Amino acid sequence: MKKIVILVMMLLLAAAFARGVTLSGAGATFPYPLYAKYFSVYHKATGVRVNYQSIGSGGGIRQLFAGTVHFGASDAPLTDKKLAEFEQKRGTRVIHVPTALGAVVPTYNLPGVRAAVRFSGPVLADIFLGKIRKWNDPALAALNPGVKLPPLPITVVRRSDGSGTTYIWTEYLAKVSPEWKKRVGVGKSVSWPAGMGGKGNEGVAGLVRQIPGALGYNELVYAVQNEIAYGAVQNRAGKFVRADLASLRAAAELPDFPPDTRVSLTDTPAPEGYPIASFTWILVYRDLDKNRAVKSAAEARALAALLDWIIHDGQQFNEALHYATLPEVAVRASEANLAGLLYRGEAVIPK
Amino acid sequence: MNLRRRYLRDRIMVVFVYLGTLIVLLPLGFILLHVFTQGIGALNWDFFTKPPAPPGEGGGGMLPAIVGTFVIDLMALAMGGLLGLGGGILMAEYPDHPLNRPLRLVANVLGGIPAILMGLFAFVLVVVPMGGFSAFSGSVALAILMIPIIMRATEEVLRILPWELREAGLALGLPRWRVTLSLILPAARGGIVTGLLLALARAAGEAAPLLFTAFGNPFLSFDPLGPMDSLPLKIYVYAISPYEDWIRQAWGAALLLALLLMATNYLARRAMRRG
Amino acid sequence: MRSKIYGKPGDRVFTALLVVLGLTVMLVAALMAWELGFGGREAFRAFGFWGFLRGTAWDAVAEQFGAWPFLVGTLITSAVALALAFLPALAAAIAVAEYAPRWLGELVAYLIDLLAALPSVVYGLWGIFVLVPLVRDHVEQPLFLWSAEHAPALMGVLGPPTGIGMLSAVLVLALMIVPYASSLARDAIRLVPRSQREAMYALGATRWEVVRRVVLPYARGGIFAGVILALARAIGETMAVTMLIGNSGQLPYSVFGPAATMASVIANEFAEAEGGLQLSSLLAVGFLLMLLSLAVNLVADFILRRMSVGEGRK
Repeated sequence: MKKIVILVMMLLLAAAFARGVTLSGAGATFPYPLYAKYFSVYHKATGVRVNYQSIGSGGGIRQLFAGTVHFGASDAPLTDKKLAEFEQKRGTRVIHVPTALGAVVPTYNLPGVRAAVRFSGPVLADIFLGKIRKWNDPALAALNPGVKLPPLPITVVRRSDGSGTTYIWTEYLAKVSPEWKKRVGVGKSVSWPAGMGGKGNEGVAGLVRQIPGALGYNELVYAVQNEIAYGAVQNRAGKFVRADLASLRAAAELPDFPPDTRVSLTDTPAPEGYPIASFTWILVYRDLDKNRAVKSAAEARALAALLDWIIHDGQQFNEALHYATLPEVAVRASEANLAGLLYRGEAVIPK
Repeated sequence: MNLRRRYLRDRIMVVFVYLGTLIVLLPLGFILLHVFTQGIGALNWDFFTKPPAPPGEGGGGMLPAIVGTFVIDLMALAMGGLLGLGGGILMAEYPDHPLNRPLRLVANVLGGIPAILMGLFAFVLVVVPMGGFSAFSGSVALAILMIPIIMRATEEVLRILPWELREAGLALGLPRWRVTLSLILPAARGGIVTGLLLALARAAGEAAPLLFTAFGNPFLSFDPLGPMDSLPLKIYVYAISPYEDWIRQAWGAALLLALLLMATNYLARRAMRRG
Repeated sequence: MRSKIYGKPGDRVFTALLVVLGLTVMLVAALMAWELGFGGREAFRAFGFWGFLRGTAWDAVAEQFGAWPFLVGTLITSAVALALAFLPALAAAIAVAEYAPRWLGELVAYLIDLLAALPSVVYGLWGIFVLVPLVRDHVEQPLFLWSAEHAPALMGVLGPPTGIGMLSAVLVLALMIVPYASSLARDAIRLVPRSQREAMYALGATRWEVVRRVVLPYARGGIFAGVILALARAIGETMAVTMLIGNSGQLPYSVFGPAATMASVIANEFAEAEGGLQLSSLLAVGFLLMLLSLAVNLVADFILRRMSVGEGRK
């Protein structure tokens, strides 16, 4: 009996030490389905395991700051203040690597309504402020001629955790509604005037599915994969646009693209563009040795190789999961940023 | 007349008492029924042998979570068992030791603290200094949960043993520690094993202390210093998700976990009867 | 005498080892209290202890945090759950210990222990997919529609009939503490000496009169302590509540509407908090939760000691 126990223990230990490189990341739930696909394919191709936990963008940034993960993931770019904090306390810049373009869509559960419900920015803001409470409210009815909206109360569903999806959503609402900007503001977790909270994009989608009359906001893929209805949103040009790959790409056509890739795409002026779109980013330290989670040069190289793979080969998986591929300008900017990665002062990617 | 009223009231109360019992047991029946009928369909070969699939793709299984549950819980049992046994022996065998009063107080206090706080504590104490989520930190959280249960069980079992047993050992010239290790503990083996198993069953069902410690991991991992998955954690994540397939697997995992816990409880009872 | 028993060198080592283990346990507990209090110091400093306790805002944008909504949510959910659970739990305990024939008593006791052994997440899972639709379609919506027609004033109190919210959380919480309260009450009832019952029967009492006049008064200390311990359990219960309560810290709460408890806000936000004041505030909530459970446990201990008849328990 004892021998068997010892044998099992030794096997366990051997298995523990024989493992290959494992990278860990944490952050946004918005791109989680895509990242799960990336990392599953990447593991089969290279043997490198990437353990990604979708705990929310806020958590991803904190874990990165604490040095508990190799990379963080966020749908909101770091603020200048946060960047300065990293520089001051960790002694390194943080590099933003965009991986995909995604859309946040208003998801709803309206039994009996087949047509896609149309929303406008101010109406969405009023619903989330708790001012519009019924689906057959005149403001909604005016946007949806010919659709018979039921007299159900609107149950607002939003995130209970810190989230980049929330950041994109509130940033859009603040741009289109002065009252929202004043009363609630923009952030990864805000003080919601109405509604109930679900944990993660999954949690919000789960609640919307469960509750008739619910209105939430989700990354597009969560709506499509789970066959949850989502509405069209009126863009700045006045057109009602449903999120799809074409309207996403249209939203990202920016005349000047900043080299650090931190750019907001919400409320786009593009006439065909979907107004609630955003890049999603992976965040890494530029000086990788400053991150306690990166324990060797080999791990630093593996991380750089992974990021390089994502912005090139990985992009082919984006569209099947309803994320748009990166525009050429974003790929070029990221290549330049990745070339600047350092480990103990030496370039990680040999030129 | 009066007597008839008293009999009537007696009979009415019988009805009420059994009705109350039924109210307690009916939901249990429903829960077990649902867990069984919904879960049994998810338990197939893939469920036990495959890692989880990316969301929405379907397929995949629970292998990392099943393995992780065992690794995390056994590590926790090793740590919690050592401390709990030590404390329990101290309280029962050295009744006049000055440490006993505060120790008993601490055991009571620890037993009353919500499990999620153990997770917070392990996060601050282990995760942050070690620089990463790990199965080990999860085990620490669960071990703290186990300590008071094991301590109380050990003390109670040892107290029941007749004092003459110790006197007989001492009369043979055995030192105190030999008496404890070779006479008392073997005599109390059944009860101690019961305490350990009950503590294990209690901790193995907890997800809250693992949220910010063991963290979860979609890959099979044996590394105690890396993140690891666990069945309760997986049930939570899958249950609040919108994916049909994940929800189905959450029911399967719930059934598996319930069966494992029932088996542990059964073993605990058997050990008690034997001991 | 003492020196002989503890005197041998092996004994000294063994005792030292036990003391070290015992000290470790105590250290862990002390460290825990300190870490939570210390971790929450920023929040306590920023808002003051009472300011934080009584603060109703939980706003990460404005960096304003207060624990009041979560404290209220915790107290309401656990108190109502306990009120719902008390009588059935007591009835089951009486049935097992006094009324049922031996085989039935053992079976029921076994089933109740089984209920107690089911993990919290399993209750949560069952709650989401079985209880919530049931409560929504057959309790909340009819009540809501009725009040919309007959008593519009009630609508605000009832809240949105979505199934996910306070009512479902309380129901599941009650289910979860019933077995715990019941088994503690059962233990207390079993401690009542036979002679007490026999004396009462000899006076010609009916069974109910024996229960009412002898068993319950004799066991009341243990029963009340059990009730309070069940309350402590409900206060700390995390997973099932988090899955069902809707997670909204907006006061005032409504009957059907979403709410939040101290444990649920920690479970929801701790891994996601970006750091600084929010993280510290969550640790401070943890500290308050610990104080609350401690207080409740001490009350249970006090009751057990004060209200026990004769020796009862030690």
